[in-house]
Parts: sequence; structure tokens; C-alpha cells
Amino acid sequence: MAAEPTILPEAATVYWRPRADGERLDRRGRLWTLTTVAHIVPFVLTAALLCALSWAALPVALACLAHAYVIPALYAQRGANVVRPRPKRTTAAAEQTALGLLGDLVGHDARELHAQTGLVMERGKLGTWLVGEAGALLVRGRKVWCYCVQVKHPDLPGADRIAHLLLALRSDEQGFATVANLAFAGSPRRVRARMRDSMRPALDRAAKTQR
Amino acid sequence: MSKLVRMDQTGHTTLAEWAADDPASVEAAVQAFREQLDQGYFAMISTGEGHAEQVKELPVDAPLVILRLPISGG
Repeated sequence: MAAEPTILPEAATVYWRPRADGERLDRRGRLWTLTTVAHIVPFVLTAALLCALSWAALPVALACLAHAYVIPALYAQRGANVVRPRPKRTTAAAEQTALGLLGDLVGHDARELHAQTGLVMERGKLGTWLVGEAGALLVRGRKVWCYCVQVKHPDLPGADRIAHLLLALRSDEQGFATVANLAFAGSPRRVRARMRDSMRPALDRAAKTQR
Repeated sequence: MSKLVRMDQTGHTTLAEWAADDPASVEAAVQAFREQLDQGYFAMISTGEGHAEQVKELPVDAPLVILRLPISGG
């Protein structure tokens, strides 16, 4: 067989990025947490200071607190958005055909979870992945990393989009995490709250594999 | 019969089918395989649960070869 140990060829298009590994992911995760804290703390301190100076500044203090809440919330929303399904641009027949191929690639449990949530769960060395049509979530320990990654072909059925990502992930997990753009890293709870109801069981199940 | 399939807007298209002991069908599959690689597709085979590998030559004994497009960060 002509198979060879695969390095994802797409990784060459992001040659400036160091190859993702567990340690780098954890470091980036900590950096995200620090960034979130750096967004929150100044606004909260400013709000406290304003209130201490004068109660007349209360409206501005409330605006500061709103910023402290909204900015991290927007980041978490950005994370949840990576697995939001894209508008369908193909026929139902094409979707069914694509689903058949995807079904051949995954096991019974993953097929069932996909039917329920639209996400395919895949265990890797870096953690547990949830692969969607235009992005993937990596649940690792107590954090989730949300990646934007997709195949740039507007007319592919959703299941084919997932199959593209799944095959790339299976051939080179670290390369996959290198090519993908990190949209958010943080608590699964924050992402879960912003995901569609139907998708939440997938994140719950992935989180369970990491306990 | 082994199959060469391309993921595309129809779901997937079977481009070639071959049997390892039928040289004519293998030759046709190799031809189709190379054409798709020239068009920028990557050929993948499953190598067990949760594993896949990219191939640059048609693996004649593989039951299924899937052609995918490149992925990129969104």
C-alpha cells in the first residue's frame, strides 16, 4: 500500500505557525484566560473606583460593568459560532448521499450523535473533537478550544464538509489544529450556553470523555 | 470491487471502480486518480478506526479511496 505517515499538506500554507501540540494548546488556553481577565479586571476596577468617587458616576460604572460582561461574552459567542450550521445550498438528495459516505466513516454512536446534534465526535490524542460543517471544538481537560476550519467550496453538502474535516483530522491531528484558526478557548460552560440547544448534548458528551 | 470517490456537490461521485486482478480497470482508476490529484484533490484512505492517511499513488488493494479538497482556517 502506498500510504505514508501523513503530515497535513495544508500545514505548509501556515508555515509561520508552530506545529500544535498539547503543551502549546495548554499555553494558549492559559493565555486566553489571562486575556479574559485582562478584559474584565480594568472595567470592574474602574466601576468600583467611579462608585467610590461619586454615586453620580453610577451610570458610567454600570456601563463599565456591562463592558466587563459583554466583551468576554462576545468571545464565547464567537467560539460557539464555529459549529453553527451553514445555510444549505445543495439538494436533499446530495445531502443524503453525503450522509451515507459520512456514515461509512464513523461508528454507530458517532452517527447517532450527528443525527441528533449535527456534530461528529472524534477522540484524538489532543482531546475529544466535535467536528461541524465549518469548525471544530476540541475538549481537552476542563477547557474547550473552538476552531474555525473549513473546506472552501460553497456548494458542498454539510455532511461532506464534515467528512473533509474528519479525514484531515484523522490523518494529522496536530496539523489540523495548526491549520485551523483559534476563535476561542475557555470554559465549555460558556460555549455551551451560546450553542444551539440541539448541539449541547454533543459538548456534554465530549466533556464527559475528559473527566 | 474497490472504489475511487470524490466528495463534491452531489454528495459524492464514483470516479472509478476496479479489481486488483483486472489490469484494465486498475489502469483506468490510476488515470482518474492522477487527474484528480492534478486538479488539487487529496486522496485519503481509512487505516482503521479514527485513522486516515493521505496517499499519492493509487493503493490498488484499498477498498475505498476518497478524494477531498484542501481545508483552511476560516
